[in-house]
Amino acid sequence: MTTTLESSPLSAEPQLVGKSRSLWQEAFGRLVRNRAAVTGGVIVIIIILTAIFADVIAPFPYDLQSLPDANAVPPWVTKLFPSMQAYGRLEGRFPVGADSVGRDLFSRIVYGTRVSLAVAFIGPVISLFIGVIYGSISGFFGGQVDNIMMRIVDVLYAFPGLLFIILLMAFFRTTLAQPPPGTFAFYVGELDSKFGGLLFIMIGIGLTGWETQARLTRGQVLSVREKEYIEAARSIGISDWQIMFKHILPNILGPLVVLETLSIPSYIYTEAFLSFIGLGVNPPTPSWGSMISAGSRAIRGYPNQALFPAMALAITMFAFNFLGDGLRDALEPRLRGTQR
Amino acid sequence: MTTYIVRRLIYMLVVLLVVAGITFLLMHAVPGGPFDKEKPLPAQIKANITARYHLDDPLPVQFLAYLSSVAVPRITAEGPSHSVDDDFLINIEVGNRWIKWMNFGPSYASLSRTVNDIFRDQLPVSFQLGVMALTVAMLIGIPLGILAALKHNSTLDYVGMGVAIFGVSVPTIVLGPFLMWLFGVNLKWLPPTGWGAKPPFILGLFPSHLGWEFFKYAILPSFVLGFGSSAVIARLTRASVLQVIGEDYIRTARAKGLHERTVILYHALKNALIPVVTLLGPMFAALVTGTFITELVFGIPGLGKYFVTSISERDYPVIMGTILLYAVFLVFANLAVDIIYGFLDPRISYE
Repeated sequence: MTTTLESSPLSAEPQLVGKSRSLWQEAFGRLVRNRAAVTGGVIVIIIILTAIFADVIAPFPYDLQSLPDANAVPPWVTKLFPSMQAYGRLEGRFPVGADSVGRDLFSRIVYGTRVSLAVAFIGPVISLFIGVIYGSISGFFGGQVDNIMMRIVDVLYAFPGLLFIILLMAFFRTTLAQPPPGTFAFYVGELDSKFGGLLFIMIGIGLTGWETQARLTRGQVLSVREKEYIEAARSIGISDWQIMFKHILPNILGPLVVLETLSIPSYIYTEAFLSFIGLGVNPPTPSWGSMISAGSRAIRGYPNQALFPAMALAITMFAFNFLGDGLRDALEPRLRGTQR
Repeated sequence: MTTYIVRRLIYMLVVLLVVAGITFLLMHAVPGGPFDKEKPLPAQIKANITARYHLDDPLPVQFLAYLSSVAVPRITAEGPSHSVDDDFLINIEVGNRWIKWMNFGPSYASLSRTVNDIFRDQLPVSFQLGVMALTVAMLIGIPLGILAALKHNSTLDYVGMGVAIFGVSVPTIVLGPFLMWLFGVNLKWLPPTGWGAKPPFILGLFPSHLGWEFFKYAILPSFVLGFGSSAVIARLTRASVLQVIGEDYIRTARAKGLHERTVILYHALKNALIPVVTLLGPMFAALVTGTFITELVFGIPGLGKYFVTSISERDYPVIMGTILLYAVFLVFANLAVDIIYGFLDPRISYE
């Protein structure tokens, strides 16, 4: 009995090396086998490429107006919407038509990917950063600190998220609108207008989206805090901060990143929503939200102006949802074995 | 249970106080006031208006005055008046005295109306829309989730979850204009904009008549608003049912020879729906008050417009009123959920 126990790991090892895969490799394998997730991933890659090569793909600059072509439509769109045949101004140059000041809709949709993707990637980073630091401090120190910090999160939860973000946007927009040159506010305002108003949106989204992250982080920290390896680290005299960021954080980061991936569609939607009500990007920066808003005002006459940017937004959110769901399924150990 | 509810009510008051405080600070931190127009008012006139609404008082004084006018009941000899300064939401006659409570103040943007007027005329519309949207969400979401879970890994499961992903991926600002164009403009089956109920409302909330005249306006916006939530409900229901039907007591129920329908309806669903109930509380609060996009798209005269315009117009009492209203809805919905919890799952006790 003892001999087999001693010899079996040795003899089995060469076989195991070829077969054994890390948790991440296994998760990746599951992700690749999930057809919906792969489709979502491919679409996300196409959208990223569209954003990078927007200058090449778009036939016109996004802010090029030509008033004589206002509301122009290509012939194939009038076939799709027969009611437009009576009054539509035919103009084949625009792939899906022009908006009310004669800007090419297709080019604006293409450039709009930049706004949506910037929010999709930077919003989660800000919220992850705040949430993880807040949650790990709360969970690590525990006791009264934890109690107070979590009550603050509870109160923030009672705050209507969208209203909070609207208040924040109004605050940013007016405080930093015309500050005296040379001040800090002035540089922040300058930076924001360079990004077409995106900076404030991302800060606002990050500031309102971190509470869930903080709660999850806290829970995760609580669950690993008492593990033996933390005790071991403590016993050799490692400082609290080093334990937190070098030993705890790397072990809990997986679920936190997955949560952020799952919330990417909601970040994209928040930007579109803010632009829809006119508190988002500064015109003429193209955002799908502001295009849908402008288009839905003209929806009786020119449905194409709302429907095409709406399709772009829906497809993007689909792709991120499929990818996020796939990621969660792949990394959720409890579902292991239930899927083929 | 009673001590638990009392403790929760005190906690809710603290939450509401903090929400009011943060909102108050933030809205006064935004530069510009309600009477800063593009063409500035003469200094004397502006000073008079500012003094009239006590906006020249120190901020803590203003905050305390606001809290007292909202929270402290007044007992007077006179009944409700039509003055914008003296408009209380709750007026009760006791003997020859009147108890008046909750004066949310006048609206600075429309000087003849008070925040309570907005609550009386616009809140019921948002409430009706929200209730119907929640009904739509539950009617679609719960059966879809249950079916998908019972037929796990079948075509029905995939189709159901496909619909659910569709629901969370197609936001209101996409679905709204599209359905309005399809059914309102193109097919002309339903009116694209408007709302079918007008004041006076029954109990201050419900439409005075229910018929095609009401529903023809309500169908599209309720569906648009409820569809996204139905997807969330469907996914949660599916996950929860899947978890519950794997439990031992379900096997026991089957082993006893109970009918499959009895097992699912009486043993599995009661427990599987607990997480769903938790979700319904905040969802209801969000649907009732957070309907602005749907209201904007469909031209519905609800509360949503005021959430946005009051902030850009620095209409302080309306900002405070609408945010507090939302917070009240949310904390009460959460309390209701926790109480229902206790009934659904006797293991949960609040001692």
